[in-house]
Amino acid sequence: MFAPDIILAAVLNGLMTGAVYALTAVGLTLVYGVLHIINFAHGAILTAAMFAAYFAWKAGIDPYIAVFGLAPLFFGAGYAVQRYVIGPSSHGEDRNILLVTLGLSIVIENALLAGFRSDTRTIDVPYGFSVIDLGFTFLSVPRVVAFGASCAAAALLWGILTRTDTGKAIRAVAKEKLGASLVGIDVAHVYAVTFGLGAACLAVAACLLLPTFYVHPRVGNAYVLVAFTIVVLGGMGSVPGALIGGLFIGVVESLSGLFLGESLGQIGIFLIFILVLLVRPTGLFGARA
Amino acid sequence: MAEPILRVSGLVAGYGGADVLRGLDMEVAPGEIVAVLGSNGVGKTTLNKTLSGVLRPRAGTIRFDGRDIHAQPPQDIVAAGLIHVPEGRKIFPDMSVRENLELGSYRRARANRSANLERVFQVFPRLRERTAQRAGTLSGGEQQMLAIGRGLMAEPRLLILDEPSLGLSPLLVEEMFGLVRTLNTDGLSILLVEQNVMQSLDLAHRAYVLENGAFVLSGQGADLARNPELEKAYLGL
Repeated sequence: MFAPDIILAAVLNGLMTGAVYALTAVGLTLVYGVLHIINFAHGAILTAAMFAAYFAWKAGIDPYIAVFGLAPLFFGAGYAVQRYVIGPSSHGEDRNILLVTLGLSIVIENALLAGFRSDTRTIDVPYGFSVIDLGFTFLSVPRVVAFGASCAAAALLWGILTRTDTGKAIRAVAKEKLGASLVGIDVAHVYAVTFGLGAACLAVAACLLLPTFYVHPRVGNAYVLVAFTIVVLGGMGSVPGALIGGLFIGVVESLSGLFLGESLGQIGIFLIFILVLLVRPTGLFGARA
Repeated sequence: MAEPILRVSGLVAGYGGADVLRGLDMEVAPGEIVAVLGSNGVGKTTLNKTLSGVLRPRAGTIRFDGRDIHAQPPQDIVAAGLIHVPEGRKIFPDMSVRENLELGSYRRARANRSANLERVFQVFPRLRERTAQRAGTLSGGEQQMLAIGRGLMAEPRLLILDEPSLGLSPLLVEEMFGLVRTLNTDGLSILLVEQNVMQSLDLAHRAYVLENGAFVLSGQGADLARNPELEKAYLGL
């Protein structure tokens, strides 16, 4: 058995990873909850955001600064893609949206592959290996920053959804599209804002991941698989579910890494996934179908 | 009659290959209650959806308050003050009563939101007691009040009520019709779309009877109520 402080350290590390997982999942669940589609381009957008953050760093902008430019930029790009590409090409059919996002992911990934080849790139920041000494364990500074910033981004998103008219319109469209149209909510606009928010969350996650992770044209897929698990665990479309689910999955991964060996850490995630599907297919916060 | 607030001419609309509305002409004058009556499936809800811009007409014009609106999207029609309280309420079930009402002024009359909220609470004191409650947990009658309250939040120039009495107990139906009369007395023009023939005719200044996508009868409410053709048209005999 492990000493309690090692387990505690693993839990803390898991929470820090989990916060970024939560951020990648929250965009996916939001888009599902409102547009009722799985956005297959989610991973590709994360990859694109990581490349954007990488080239910002090459241009001399630290990822923690670049995030303030990239989040709005990706919001705008996400808005435009939904409003002018995905929306018009779907002709109101959900299954078309599915195919369009799948096509989009193929286009983005291959454009990145064509442009930058399959090299793995990393950045070198001065704080990359800084740690905070807690006495019983060390916490990596970039991961602590990622935790704090993910929580802040999630809180901001929550504030938007619950406090602003636009956020309320998003929640209204999610549950009652006709009713929303009839109070004058422009549904196409709300869809695009939602998609943009999802992309902005990914831009934030990308800037937080970059100091401790690598970039290559398929890097987003690993995260999206985990994000999908979190979305199902938290309940499809539930934002609080994705946040809590993300933290939970981070801790599960960290603890199963501790007990089963680092390379098997993700087994825990998929065991949880299968268990949720068996026992509670609506997820922790999912509405009963 | 004064210049009508709503004038529909030659309206044709439908879904897929079928026309549901086959050339409708109608008018609503300012301050009038006009009823559109008809049994299930004659096109009442299609008419409402077309008026509110959710469904594009295939032919004909809709003129509201001096402007053609038949090519406009729903949000512009709401902005113009034509507010549709839909059949089945279509409230936002996961949101609180207050949030539902606030969204009523999403597009129009946002500046007067707090004053209008107060006004709606005066009309429906029951909603005031339940501001924080999730709308989906309200009773059917309360949900109907919420749907109408949400419509009133936008300061309508014309209010379309689609089957407001549907699924309500007789007592509540009575209350609902009383409310429609009160709103109208305060100057609101109302288009009441109903299956409930006698009560609607009693309330409305004028009425149109819709059958198979066309108006087969129209006239003053009281006259229509005595017209032997009504029963025939309505029952499809």
